[in-house]
Amino acid sequence: MSKIKTHLESLNNKGEKALTIFLTAGYPNINSFTELAVKVIEAGADILEIGLPFADSLADGPVIQSSYTEALKQNVNLKLTLKLISEIREKTNIPIVLMSASNPILNYGISKFRDDAIELGVNGVIIPDIPLEEYDNFFQNSFDGLDTIILTTPTSSEERIKSIDKRSSGFLYCVSVVGTTGIRNKFDDYVLENLERTYKLVENNKMQIGFGISSGDDVKRFSPFCDGVIVGSAIIKSLSNDDSNFTNTIKLVKELKSACKN
Amino acid sequence: MKEEIKYNFPTKEGKYGKYGGKFVPETLITALNELEEAYTKLRSDQTFINELDDLQSTYNGRPTPLTFSKRLTEHYGGAKIYLKREDLCHTGAHKLNNALGQILIAKYLGKKRIIAETGAGQHGVATATVCAKFGLECLVYMGEEDIERQKLNVFRMRLLGAKVIPVSSGSKTLKDATNEAIRDWIANVRDTHYIIGSVVGPHPYPMLVRDFQSIIGKETKEQIIKVEQKLPNYVLACVGGGSNAIGIFHEFIKNEEVNLIGIEAAGLGIDTNLHCATLTLGSEGIFHGMKTYLLQNEDGQILPVHSISAGLDYPGVGPEHSLLKDLERVNYQSITDGESLDAIMKVSKLEGILVALETAHAFAYLEKLMPNTKKDEIVVVNVSGRGDKDLNTIIEKLGDKI
Repeated sequence: MSKIKTHLESLNNKGEKALTIFLTAGYPNINSFTELAVKVIEAGADILEIGLPFADSLADGPVIQSSYTEALKQNVNLKLTLKLISEIREKTNIPIVLMSASNPILNYGISKFRDDAIELGVNGVIIPDIPLEEYDNFFQNSFDGLDTIILTTPTSSEERIKSIDKRSSGFLYCVSVVGTTGIRNKFDDYVLENLERTYKLVENNKMQIGFGISSGDDVKRFSPFCDGVIVGSAIIKSLSNDDSNFTNTIKLVKELKSACKN
Repeated sequence: MKEEIKYNFPTKEGKYGKYGGKFVPETLITALNELEEAYTKLRSDQTFINELDDLQSTYNGRPTPLTFSKRLTEHYGGAKIYLKREDLCHTGAHKLNNALGQILIAKYLGKKRIIAETGAGQHGVATATVCAKFGLECLVYMGEEDIERQKLNVFRMRLLGAKVIPVSSGSKTLKDATNEAIRDWIANVRDTHYIIGSVVGPHPYPMLVRDFQSIIGKETKEQIIKVEQKLPNYVLACVGGGSNAIGIFHEFIKNEEVNLIGIEAAGLGIDTNLHCATLTLGSEGIFHGMKTYLLQNEDGQILPVHSISAGLDYPGVGPEHSLLKDLERVNYQSITDGESLDAIMKVSKLEGILVALETAHAFAYLEKLMPNTKKDEIVVVNVSGRGDKDLNTIIEKLGDKI
């Protein structure tokens, strides 16, 4: 049984939605990254999603892109990211998910990646540029022991959502909007309609919502239609001008978690 | 003519051997599937075929001539050199062949907004042109560095009613313009068609761009057989993403006796790190929605690349070229910035044609090829575009030598 799924179930059984916090590996800087992760967990994050910086990430908006640029200046790569995750793993038991473009993993070697990731404490992977069509070819059933989390979007047909639900493990990542990552000031009507539709179609997985969620109010609006929320750009934006204790970011995580409990 | 070899790519999954595919975020999959479905239907639809044929002849100026290059032939003293004149297409390069095909698909799909990426600006101009002709909104993403070195084309696009959006991320060239165009498409996929300018990106783009460009090779084959009663021994074309090359090569792939040579940009030299010789020095990877050869570091990050010609300045290459390299059906070579400038001068003086910097890479390779050719052989060079757009760069580099 997937550790991520079990964790989501136990939170939901307590009447809470899960909170997944996205951090760019090594951002804002490598030396304090483990400390940041631990503080974020203490403030209420239930799952950590660590993004491997990729300079040509297609699904990301300007905020996450610029964090990637900064991390790449510090030479953050997959090896270092796995090392950072192992440091965090020593201090926490919560699930950790690695988000990466496919190319760095391909270069690292898929089976070596699988072995190292499991050994160093990764529970699942999200590779946004491996859609259902390429899933079998890329993973070649070689990701045993790691959850492979697949995304649905508002443009996915019902049939696709059902197929994705069958293949996804850990959870199903429901992208809220048609677009790249980034904070939204308002959500069009289709967003809630799509969440409601997708949530009804998903049978095998817990469903978490991501893209555009930035506040406790957003969480409250979306929580009837999901098992958890994923917050990325709002956290990265906060980190981009926070103090060395990450005061504002921690405050934001607390606000988000408190909304998850409502 | 010898017996033809078997060659039929892509597969229905959009693969060229192990290359190609559809490596994009889920948001785009439905649009890519719709595009493929529409194209599969349209390519055998007589109304679509007639409309495109009519535009190609009455608007684009096809068929383009095959010119015998008497003085270049005499200069080298070897094979007869013929030039396939894509520089005479409307807007000055082969790019309109594809833009016309894609705008008709967009019209069929009911898309109101067109986006494109551009490097040298030729594809941007071609897209802006078809949008003007069909009355559709047009946005062209272009790297800031390319905007600087291709100013004339930026003005042309604006004159044609397109909005040129400067891209300041990464290396500020074609790669980054393509990233931004794809991100725009992700956000606006419902009402927007993305006209990719080369045989790159996720399936079905490499296939449909190739199909629209393969008219170059079809005409060339007919024309050379008419004047010489035989196939050429060599066909040369420059390769960035590779659309003009696949356009002229595709018809000849099955004729094994025709040597196909693709010429990449070696920039300041392939022993420096300032080049974009992807097939010469790259390795397998996934980028811009396709699996293909890439210039990348050991972490799988895409490397900065360089070429004097903005149209070749790209760290990837079309997946079909990757397959053709592995099959050893096409021989890929590279030419430096300096060699391409020498070729511009030579072709101008000996043939009266100012070729584009991209195209000049193919001509520069004649220096290496021609001494090994015989007088009864035939070489065809694809003149992918004209060089007016490059005058600023040429003046800057060659000013006092002219």
